[in-house]
Formats: sequence, C-alpha cells, structure tokens
Amino acid sequence: MPQTLKACATLPHPMAPIMTPVTRFIRESEEVFTFDLAPERAAPFTPGQFNMLYAFGVGEIPISISGDSQAPERLTHTIRAVGPVSAALGKLKAGDRVGLRGPFGVGWPIEEYKGLDVLLIAGGIGLAPLRPVIYWLLRHRAAYGRVGVLYGARTPDDLIFRGELEEWRRTPDFQLRVAVERAGPEWTGDVGYVTPLLSKLRFDPADTVAMICGPEVMFRATALALEDAGIADSRIFVSMERNMKCAIGHCGHCQFGPHFICKDGPVHPYDRVRNLLSYREL
Amino acid sequence: MKDIADLLRHHPFAEGLDEDTMALIAGCARNVVRQPGDYFFREGAAADSFYLVRHGAVALEAFVPGRGTFTFLTVKTGEILGADWLIPPYRSSFDARAIELTRAISFDGKCLRDKCEADPRVGYEMMKRFIPPLLKRLQSARMQALGMYDAANA
Repeated sequence: MPQTLKACATLPHPMAPIMTPVTRFIRESEEVFTFDLAPERAAPFTPGQFNMLYAFGVGEIPISISGDSQAPERLTHTIRAVGPVSAALGKLKAGDRVGLRGPFGVGWPIEEYKGLDVLLIAGGIGLAPLRPVIYWLLRHRAAYGRVGVLYGARTPDDLIFRGELEEWRRTPDFQLRVAVERAGPEWTGDVGYVTPLLSKLRFDPADTVAMICGPEVMFRATALALEDAGIADSRIFVSMERNMKCAIGHCGHCQFGPHFICKDGPVHPYDRVRNLLSYREL
Repeated sequence: MKDIADLLRHHPFAEGLDEDTMALIAGCARNVVRQPGDYFFREGAAADSFYLVRHGAVALEAFVPGRGTFTFLTVKTGEILGADWLIPPYRSSFDARAIELTRAISFDGKCLRDKCEADPRVGYEMMKRFIPPLLKRLQSARMQALGMYDAANA
C-alpha cells in the first residue's frame, strides 16, 4: 500500500476533514503562531509529514507538523499568516475547531541514517518541519554522531521557538548556530546569510546526512554548499512546497515534473529534484 | 611570547603563505585588542587598516536615521575585517564594533599596499586571500537582499 494511503488508514476517508479542537495557541512572533490540536484518536506521523488544515468558510492549506512525533496524541502546527486561510487560522483560540486531514506525504528519513552525523539547516518558518527531527535526535541522541543545526531568520523578532532555541543552545553535544539578516545593537549573535555558518559546524562529510527546509532559493544555495563541503547529494534532503490541494496525488495541483509533492514528498532526496529545480515553469 | 609572525601563522588567512611573504607582511602588522563596545573603525573615517580576527566577534553596523543602528554582518574568529583600505579613497563605509572581547592582527593598509606594488607576487598572494571571502560576502548580501525569508509557509 502506498505510504500516503497507509498514513491515512485511520481516517474514514482521506478527503474528509475531521473536526478537531484547538487545545493551545502560542504567538511565536508577529506573523507566526503555533497551535496544538487534540485529535479524537492519536495520529502517528513521521517528522516532515504534513496535515491539511481547514478554516471553515475560508479554505484549506497544507501545514507541516511541528510537534513531537512520539507524542501523536497532540498535533502541533506552526503557521505564518501570509494568506486568508493562514490568517483565519491565526485567529483561533483554545476550544475552537478546525478541519483536519492527514498526516500525508513522505517525511525526513531520520531513522534510516542512524550512526551518521546529522546537519539540519532551516530558513524562516522552515524550522517548524525540522523541529520534530530535533525532538527525535534529542530522544535518540546516542544513536547518531555529531548533530548540527543552522537556523536563519530575518530579524531577532522573527525567531520562532525562542525558549527551545535557548535550551538547545545549552544542550551538550548539540551544535546550534542562529543567524539573522539584520539586527539592532543589542543582538550579539551571528548576522548574515545562514549558509556560510556551515564552516563553523563540526561534521564528517563522508558520514553526514543533511536536511534542509526553507525558501527554495535558500535550499538550492545550501545544497550546493553542502556538496562543496563533501556531502553526497543522495544524503541531502529538502522539503519542498507547492500548491498542494488533495494531498493524496489525485488532483495534480502540486505536480513537479514526474513527482507529486504531496505524496512523493514533501521531503525529497536532493539528487531526485536537483535538475528539476532549474526549470522555472515547474 | 609570540611575535606577530607567530600569531599570523595561526590565522586561516596565512594558510599556505611562504615564510618570506609571511615575514614581509608581518612587518606591517601589530596585535590589537578591543573591549566590547569599542570600535575598530567608524563610517566615513580613513580606512588605513584591516584586521584578521584572532578571537572574538565584531558587528558591522549602519545607522539609519529614524530607525537606529542595524547590524548587517558579524565577523568572527578566523575572518577578515575591513576592505576599504584596498581601493581609493580609502574611506570606511560602515562602523565595525566589537561585541565581545576581540583580539586581532591589525595591518597598516598603506604599508601593505606599498609592498604589493613593489612585489606583484605578494600582491597576488594577498588578492587570492581577499577575493574569496569578499565574494562570499557579496553572494550572502545578494541572498539577504532577496528577502528570501518572506516566503510562504513550509
């Protein structure tokens, strides 16, 4: 059975949203918010998978799960208000309900790469789909080599998960570098583009898997920098975003060359998509 | 006590540099320390030096009237600070402020330019060491200018 359909086996129908209550709402920054949903039944997911969230009367959008895959009784989503649906979701409060379908898609292959060094590179809201990988690595720390996380954002005010960033910064054997594009004089961290910070992380390129999530222009440049550092392109994974609608590969809205982002992705090995990325019309 | 050539030898900038050239450029160098908040140089001032950061962090800043001071890049351990000494009118185009205790090797720009003029081989060695980081900073500045984090949800 295809993974997408297996993932939805607990749903009555993969196209039918289930009314699900919001149990917690957190404002991360001016534009970004996080909320927890309490599904009727635990909804196991793989880090990197996404759900379709329906704001009633407005519309439905795909949102990656940003919570802990080992606590599937609570589904956490982190969203940036950029359009009418995400703006409507941003007005929810605890006790409100949203339509939930999922989880869908192929996530990060974190379990397949035990024993290797792991690099995670996130840009902007791209940290949200990688947070479940961080939770996984922290719970299974001994199973992996060195771990490094690079996170880039516009300004210090745009950083998300700030409390956890501080925790991760203090975590032994966990390399975290955060770079913002501009900052006031009170910021003493890195300022600049995030990719050059790769040179500040310790890892063995021959035994490293890298996962990138962020704007496409960023992950193209980052993937090249990782290759330049000696990491095989087959061990570089990117999470892609396209116009996902049905989420099960039927409607074709998210077709990307021979692939459907919703069911073949959103996480793809870079060597599968690198040539397609140069086609501007895709 | 380490002399300036020893300090230079341990900086990534000098990697692969032959001893003669090392000694030659060390003649233009001295060791400097800046406390947090101290400036290496200020916008509009004569750009008569550049620095190899041995340890610490420096914020490159610009003041925007009505909005305050913004940091657009941080320069840290092992990196080069200052490029305006390379081309006329040798004037600093931004502020450089230590944001932590910073130790650096300071080079007299005119002294080094004169040595590069006198020996193009030295000039070429310097160019090979300056162009890659400057090009990387240019590429990074392009990415920052694109406002790429303004994209939609992931």
